[in-house]
Amino acid sequence: MPTRLRSSEPNPSVSPPPPHQPLPDPAKAAGSAASVAITQLSHWYGQGVNQRQVLDQVNLSIQPGEVVLLTGPSGCGKTTLLTLVGALRQVMEGSVRLFGQELNGATRRQRQLRRRQIGMIFQGHNLLRCLSAEQNVQMGADLLPNLGYRARRDLAREWLRAVGLEDHLNKLPHDLSGGQKQRVAIARALAAEPRLLLADEPTAALDSRTGREVVELLRGLARNQGCSVLMVTHDPRILDLADRLVQMEDGRLMEDGRLLQAALAVASSGSVG
Amino acid sequence: MIGALSALWPSRRIPLAWLLLSRQPGRLLVALAGISFAGILMFLQLGFRDGLFDASVILHKRFDADLVLLSPRTMSSIAMAGFPRRRLVQVMADPAVAGTTPVHWTMLLWRNPQTRTTRSILALGFDPGDPLFSDSDLASKANVLSQHGRVLFDELSRPEFGPVASWFRQGRTIETEVAGKRVRVGGLVALGPSFGADGNLLTSSETFLTLVPNNPAGSIELGLIRLRPGEAAEAVAKRLRAQLPNDVTIYTKQGFADFEQDYWRSSTAIGFIFSLGTAMGFVVGCVIVYQILHSDVSDHLPEYATLMAMGYPLPQLLGVVAREGLLLALMGYLPSWLAAQALYGLIRDATKLPVAMDNQRGLLVFAMILAMCLGSALMAMRKLGDADPAEIF
Repeated sequence: MPTRLRSSEPNPSVSPPPPHQPLPDPAKAAGSAASVAITQLSHWYGQGVNQRQVLDQVNLSIQPGEVVLLTGPSGCGKTTLLTLVGALRQVMEGSVRLFGQELNGATRRQRQLRRRQIGMIFQGHNLLRCLSAEQNVQMGADLLPNLGYRARRDLAREWLRAVGLEDHLNKLPHDLSGGQKQRVAIARALAAEPRLLLADEPTAALDSRTGREVVELLRGLARNQGCSVLMVTHDPRILDLADRLVQMEDGRLMEDGRLLQAALAVASSGSVG
Repeated sequence: MIGALSALWPSRRIPLAWLLLSRQPGRLLVALAGISFAGILMFLQLGFRDGLFDASVILHKRFDADLVLLSPRTMSSIAMAGFPRRRLVQVMADPAVAGTTPVHWTMLLWRNPQTRTTRSILALGFDPGDPLFSDSDLASKANVLSQHGRVLFDELSRPEFGPVASWFRQGRTIETEVAGKRVRVGGLVALGPSFGADGNLLTSSETFLTLVPNNPAGSIELGLIRLRPGEAAEAVAKRLRAQLPNDVTIYTKQGFADFEQDYWRSSTAIGFIFSLGTAMGFVVGCVIVYQILHSDVSDHLPEYATLMAMGYPLPQLLGVVAREGLLLALMGYLPSWLAAQALYGLIRDATKLPVAMDNQRGLLVFAMILAMCLGSALMAMRKLGDADPAEIF
């Protein structure tokens, strides 16, 4: 289990700290074709003396079709990074480019339109309780422009088939198991044909085996679509499914090949045990 | 069927508003019961108000007249003052006038032939040969009044006057006292009670003067004037007003009814009481619908936030709440309309008031229910502003 490390962080100064010497910029290296290009992203919560820095000059880029897993102790800023990339929060400092378009300074309306290109999968499945599995997925498909009702409904059914739930079309979330609910959530996210999938601990509510199955499914479907994935996870058993592993601590990112190796070792021993 | 529908309506969406409501049938039922209750309350209050005002002019509307003469001291049907009968004779001089009927009008005490208790009844005295009401069935019954001491009893009078109608139909001879004098019921008419009078009886002028011996000679309370076809009542009234002395006032038939209704409207609290009752129904309905919609939005706030995170614009979600309000209004109105129909029937039986559903009131109550539901939806929408998609991760 990761331990809480936030307390070790010294209290940041009241005003945003002066920009440091730029670190090597992975986004630049990756070029402008990246799905996500984050450069020098910093973020704070609170006001005045209560102000607390959660992201400190984060740089990250994700290529189309790439699956990136983000790990780190809780409270280190992973979820904040996810909400910023997901256009759910206004960018304060630095740059987040989604498919070449800058999010810093985007209006509410622009962010709302940007979100249509992003699929989101939550820790809790966040399905609409009053809708059947099929209708939930169709809420995703309904976001696609210029598609008739029947085409959108057929799309919803196809996605449910793709996640192996073709026999549960008319069930309410209440009647589905945790793994099934998460599969519906995946189908819903993918039905909107996103170019980027954000997932926040999608396996947290699942047992290890179901969790791994769900993430394998997610990775396979996303790759088929050329859709990038940024997934926050604590689950060591799924780390080997990543193309790239990124670790975050105290608002900073560390990319470490050795970490991935270690994780792979844990995962293989975990799956045997 | 569904295939045809989806072909006709390609931009169709999941009916989220309907599903949000219908997947919680308990709450939906409570909401509909509340809205229907508010609707029934409004229907009843408005029905009573209109019924009472309509009842006050039941007689006024039936008189066979284009114009009427009244004393300027007359305030309402329960306080009719007399004026000289010769004014009605003067009116005959006008070439536009086809005929007149002098009418005596006062409240007298009727003795219940069964229980022997007395009760105030409205008595009209007229010459049986003269037309009184525009409907014709009175003319044949009026013959019996040419015999002295006979009266026609209003079978729609309140039951406190005794089982006169049923006894009469059984063929029994009904003799009782009016104003201390013996009268015999010679027939039945159907008029109906009003504010001022719980019952009515008709008699000849001759019998009337026996019942009211101290009636000033040559004094009547109401003069009916019939005009020749094609004459404009308002123009003739204006001409007559100029000719006649100021011991009479002239109304058109409609003006006479309005005069009576104005009295009850202005000198009693009835209009205010029932309008207030209607407003109470409206407020109660608002509170119920707002409560339901507000808790519905609060309960589903994470789901609304999820939809916002997926890229649904806020106005579209506000539309869902508005549609919920619209659906509640439609579904709540129908049962209230049906229940009001049934209750109006009960009220008619119990009070003999002419309370019935009319389109105007039906539309008014529907408009109020709609305003209630959409207004509450608008209030509940403010809660949607609390849905922050950044909080759901």
